[in-house]
Amino acid sequence: MTSRPKQSILDKPLSKGKGDLNLSSFAFLFSEMVQYCQNRVHTVPELQQKLSDLGQHVGFRILDTLFLREKNYKREIKLLNMLLFVKTTVWKTLFGKEADKLEHANDDDKTYYIVEKDPLVNKFISVPKDKGSLNCAAFTAGIVEAVLNGCGFPAKVTAHWHRGTTYMIKFDEAVILRDKSMEGR
Amino acid sequence: MSRQAGRGTEAKKVSAELFTLTYGALVAQLIKDYESDEEVNKQLDKMGYNIGVRLIEDFLARSSVGRCHDFRETADVIAKVGFKMFLGITPTVANWSPAGDEFSLIVDNNPLTEFVELPDGHQNLNYSNLLSGVLRGSLEMVQMEVDVTFLQDALKGDNTTEIRLKFIRRLEDALPAGEE
Repeated sequence: MTSRPKQSILDKPLSKGKGDLNLSSFAFLFSEMVQYCQNRVHTVPELQQKLSDLGQHVGFRILDTLFLREKNYKREIKLLNMLLFVKTTVWKTLFGKEADKLEHANDDDKTYYIVEKDPLVNKFISVPKDKGSLNCAAFTAGIVEAVLNGCGFPAKVTAHWHRGTTYMIKFDEAVILRDKSMEGR
Repeated sequence: MSRQAGRGTEAKKVSAELFTLTYGALVAQLIKDYESDEEVNKQLDKMGYNIGVRLIEDFLARSSVGRCHDFRETADVIAKVGFKMFLGITPTVANWSPAGDEFSLIVDNNPLTEFVELPDGHQNLNYSNLLSGVLRGSLEMVQMEVDVTFLQDALKGDNTTEIRLKFIRRLEDALPAGEE
């Protein structure tokens, strides 16, 4: 009935990404998403997993956009640079500011933390008393996880209530070994 | 009129890309969760309705728009103030019915569809159907029952996106306590 578009999406120039929108629009959308997910699960961990899955959808897509636009088509291969890329470029593009802190766990070389005092996604969510551990920043954690996985740094990222919100990044053993073997080159 | 609206409650901003991609994630999830495009449309409309019901409060608080006296004024406010405020675009109001109870919003540069290409096999999906729910829900809160449909969709190869609004009736009995 309808014809295919004459111009495919790849023919269009990549957006510069400078646009912004009313925060309320995002807040309304996100809150509907949280409620939608909540209606389909029974436990808090399941809900967080669903939000993380949605975040991963975003993460995989923003990743290529950013390397094309900001990094001159070059991917990061060093762990620290990759983490800094997440803390600065990814955060600035999505949330308009850098993440507050990036830390390495003292007792575990596989674990890193990104700390954010007041995450955007939690601003409009009031956590019900019986679901105290729920953190909708699981959505952001999903974004970070997808960005890291998409760049060849397999990791598990989870959101926790600690100094505001802390994203705990646990890398696969292989990532750390590879990074060590690259040192000095 | 609209420019000076909401001073002091100046709207905070968020990256348009975050919004677009988040909406995309939602639609992709719904497509996984539901069997048919029609059901996805229905779910998007429902979520839009829930948003509209709440969004109207935000809108009225931030804008200095008073009561609209006729449907033409409503159309103007939706296009020039409402869409501008929440999506940063101003659709064109066009194709009035002779009776003045139906019009179209012609939407170019729909921020919901930046980056989006509909895969084959989803010809019945109204990707931006959330908008129709938002329009329906928010107008219902100001006592107007309307019917909202997508006549054209740029994602489906049409030249533009056209949303049709039809005035059904005034919801007189739904006046909240304390009004009038």
